[in-house]
Amino acid sequence: MKRTCLTLAATMAVLALAVSACGNNNPTQTGSKATGSPAPSDTIVVGSANFQESVVLANIYAEALKAKGVKVSTKLNIGSREAYIPGLEDGSIDLIPEYSGVLLQYFDKAATAVAPDEVYAALQKALPGDLTVLQKSAAEDKDAVVVTKATADKYKLTSIADLKDVAGKLTFGGAPEFKTRPDGVPGLKKNYGVTFGSYKTLDAGGPLSVNGLKNGQVDAADIFTTDPSIAANNFVVLQDPKNNFAAQNVLPLINKAKASDTVTGALDAVSAKLTTQTLIDLLTKVTADKQDPNAVAKEWLSSQGLG
Amino acid sequence: MGLIIDFLTDPANWQGPEGIPVRLLEHITYSAVAVLIGLAIALPLGLLIGHTGRGTTLVAGFANSLRALPTIGLLIFFVVLIAPHVHGKGDTAYLIPSEIVLVLLAVPPILSNTYAGVQNVDPAARDAAVGMGMTGRQVLLRVELPCSLPLVMSGLRSAALQVIATATIAAYVSLGGLGRLVFDGQAQQLYPKMVTGALLVAALAMVTDLLIALAQRVIVSRGLSGRYSRGRTLARDEAPAELAVHAAATGQP
Amino acid sequence: MSWLRYLDQNGQQILQWLWFHTWLSVVPVVLGLAISLPLGWVARRYRWTYAPLVTLSGLLYTIPSIALFVILPGILGLGILDPLNVAVALTIYTVALLVRVVADGLASVPDDVTQAASAMGYRPVQRLMAVELPIAVPVIAAGLRVAVVSNVSLVAVAATIGVPELGQLFTIGFQLAYFVPIVIGIVMCVALAMVLDLVVVALTRLLTPWTRAVVAP
Repeated sequence: MKRTCLTLAATMAVLALAVSACGNNNPTQTGSKATGSPAPSDTIVVGSANFQESVVLANIYAEALKAKGVKVSTKLNIGSREAYIPGLEDGSIDLIPEYSGVLLQYFDKAATAVAPDEVYAALQKALPGDLTVLQKSAAEDKDAVVVTKATADKYKLTSIADLKDVAGKLTFGGAPEFKTRPDGVPGLKKNYGVTFGSYKTLDAGGPLSVNGLKNGQVDAADIFTTDPSIAANNFVVLQDPKNNFAAQNVLPLINKAKASDTVTGALDAVSAKLTTQTLIDLLTKVTADKQDPNAVAKEWLSSQGLG
Repeated sequence: MGLIIDFLTDPANWQGPEGIPVRLLEHITYSAVAVLIGLAIALPLGLLIGHTGRGTTLVAGFANSLRALPTIGLLIFFVVLIAPHVHGKGDTAYLIPSEIVLVLLAVPPILSNTYAGVQNVDPAARDAAVGMGMTGRQVLLRVELPCSLPLVMSGLRSAALQVIATATIAAYVSLGGLGRLVFDGQAQQLYPKMVTGALLVAALAMVTDLLIALAQRVIVSRGLSGRYSRGRTLARDEAPAELAVHAAATGQP
Repeated sequence: MSWLRYLDQNGQQILQWLWFHTWLSVVPVVLGLAISLPLGWVARRYRWTYAPLVTLSGLLYTIPSIALFVILPGILGLGILDPLNVAVALTIYTVALLVRVVADGLASVPDDVTQAASAMGYRPVQRLMAVELPIAVPVIAAGLRVAVVSNVSLVAVAATIGVPELGQLFTIGFQLAYFVPIVIGIVMCVALAMVLDLVVVALTRLLTPWTRAVVAP
């Protein structure tokens, strides 16, 4: 009887010690931190959204920083902007690759800038005081309204404006946030008078959207312009002459306190070399050839002399 | 809290193809289909195993290990396997994988409770039935099944609860249901939407639990439940140890 | 061979996820047990609390895990990405599961045993610790096994909101339409669940030596 009590107590004590040990003593390898508490002030936590391109870009930033001796850890596949911006503001992450246009829309719903430089300037003004963006790159990845070749031929579609009369018969597939974002469903209506017959909630240009478009679950979908599946499936990207989808230059969004000179220098060097074609190539390697995003990032960096 | 009340009282949220009633109905449909299919599979199987007494360890182990499978992993596995091959409008491409996973969730509680119930039937009752000249099948259907109903119903309740709670995840792969409110609310940063979705699932589960409990009262013979006229029940304040273990084993809260 | 290649490339990351997954599965169970023991005792000692406690836990258990994961940051004031939210949510589920099990376990102790203990001079607290709890161990352990195994599955769901654990293998496999990480993830989750289950069984055997006692011939 006493033995049982002792064993129980001992087990509890050991477990309690283990718990407190785990809480303070995280795995020493670089990589995901075990708790969400702010990292020691010299470590940069790089986050990414929940799509592969963001993961590749986050890896590029992380490896570029590591190459310059900065301590880095990553928190990948977080979710949509609405989920990770609060993370930036409360210190769970410090740096994340972003796209200038949508980021501007997030902080300033009334923004009207569409050209790359205008968007960048407006963005710098719109950001909250503790965040900043570093130099933008030439690489862009925009949302787009994409249809299959068959649909494009059937309704003679080359630009979004052509959808005006037929959209009522069609189903559109996109992420939940596309429905409420200013450049999403409301934007299509405002700029082109396009309102789709029904909206099917899928994901942010991910497998649900691609499969949905391919298999006829939806007639049009929101797929990103650098997605290799567009070329692979002969999809047609509808043109956007009114620039509903503003310029989307890739750039680092970073906590001002962490933007030291080393960090800024490393990331600016990356942005200088990044092009849209780079994005497409890297993404093809990751999605079609199933290569590891981290390996792909490192390979690209060393080919550019940055890693 | 006030925002949640606002969300619930806003009529716009109750209308249209994405309104709350539609989502509720979708959720109930997904869950009911899974539980019914699970019942159709597990009940006969459990009766057979309990009656013949063969294969209990195999089935027990199998049912327990099914619980160890990560639901989200299975869901994604089946979606990646099946969805690319299903064409056409509508949700079939994602409905099939989701239902498969939900059925896999519903089967273990019903199965283990059924065969445990049959095995725990008072041997005297079984003997008496055989003594009265009943065939094996008659014993099963006329004596063992009715006697094991309390445990079977308890397994059904447990299965229904788990399926209703898990059907929320189906929204991750583009299906509707109350999970749609949760995932959309998170992506659109509409806190009241998320909370409403969560609360509605809990409410739905409670109501379902009550309905099954009610059905249990009606279906289970009074000789077993001890429920005689005007709610006078026989003294049953001590939960028998076996029932407690079964409750734990089937995960019924 | 793509499996080995994948494991080779991502081995370190997967091990970190496994470590984290284990931590997130086990700690809530330990905490949950610590909380359920007194609660279960209250439900047993004061009979009128049994029904409300069990109903409340039933209610908590039906709140879908993903919903609890995203609602808790607002209530607890933690960072959105803090995995502590997952730990708290799972502790709530464990408590919801175990309260009734503990109450029923304590109820399963035969009356004559408790009376004999009192007659032998055990005071109530002593009797609880030395007699009732040990006898209730098998029943409580059965509930613990269920809690531990279902926690492993629930932790995986948290990957949909970015928590770094084995569930990430599923989200990545989904995006790439690639079976390798998905199957690796499933296998590892099942293996982890089974290991934890065995640990609980082993602990139970350790704590109940009388069940293995051999009667002297």
